[in-house]
Amino acid sequence: MIINHPLLGPRDSAEFVNLGAAELMNRPDPETATPEDWHDYAYLRDNPAGAHRELWFHEGGDRSILIVTRDTTTHEITAVELARNRGQRHDPGK
Amino acid sequence: MHDLKPITALGGTTPRVDTVGETTLAEVPDLALASVAARAGREQACAKHLKALIGAQAPSPGKTWQTDHYSAVWMGPDQWMISADFATHEDIAATLKSQLEGIASVTEQTDAWACFDLSGPRVFAVLELLYNINLLQFKTGDATRTSIHHLGCFVICMKPDHMVRILGPRASAGSLHHAITTAMTSAL
Repeated sequence: MIINHPLLGPRDSAEFVNLGAAELMNRPDPETATPEDWHDYAYLRDNPAGAHRELWFHEGGDRSILIVTRDTTTHEITAVELARNRGQRHDPGK
Repeated sequence: MHDLKPITALGGTTPRVDTVGETTLAEVPDLALASVAARAGREQACAKHLKALIGAQAPSPGKTWQTDHYSAVWMGPDQWMISADFATHEDIAATLKSQLEGIASVTEQTDAWACFDLSGPRVFAVLELLYNINLLQFKTGDATRTSIHHLGCFVICMKPDHMVRILGPRASAGSLHHAITTAMTSAL
């Protein structure tokens, strides 16, 4: 599988580590979150057959974390963006 | 009184040189390194300081700027590896830290990396066996961080197909050296 890195171009997926669903970026607000919110954040994930937004860490490369939209049934990648850009805007996206 | 003597990344008292055919892999022990990461919101100030330091725009993604004085390699967004001659710039991290106070985070990297120069004809034939980067588009001034032998390394193109500089983790210098010399033997 080839991931088209927004800054460095096509890279082999062997250079990356999968960090799971991109929902990890939607951390509840510690000031207002209930225990149920934390439970959902820590443990509950969808398991879609189809498009899935997930985080890939470029460990063997520039160490950036990417948000990759991948079809879990075909491995087709339809979108790649830097998680950092969304993090700086405080907009994890959907 | 301790009687300590300096050793190279591979443990020798002199830099190791391996030659296969006309291609040479030489250990480079005299490199001082420091990483510079711009603080959030100070990216432009950091880029301006680096421009004054290296005499050119701080390298963009996948690029390097090599000079006889200070050189820079792009490491990641708003982050660069700065290098200079060890004999004259052993204190590179302290120097940069004082210049970039409040603008960037500077960390000493000199003893974290092992450096090898691979030179001679058909260097790219060796690299083809080592990693997955598109060598047809790997030109002078390009530098990339990639995995060689499962080790995160920087590869700097000095002259296409004739000279590259490889920086790898110093603690795994022996493994990296083994991988490169094995590839040299296979490819050349």
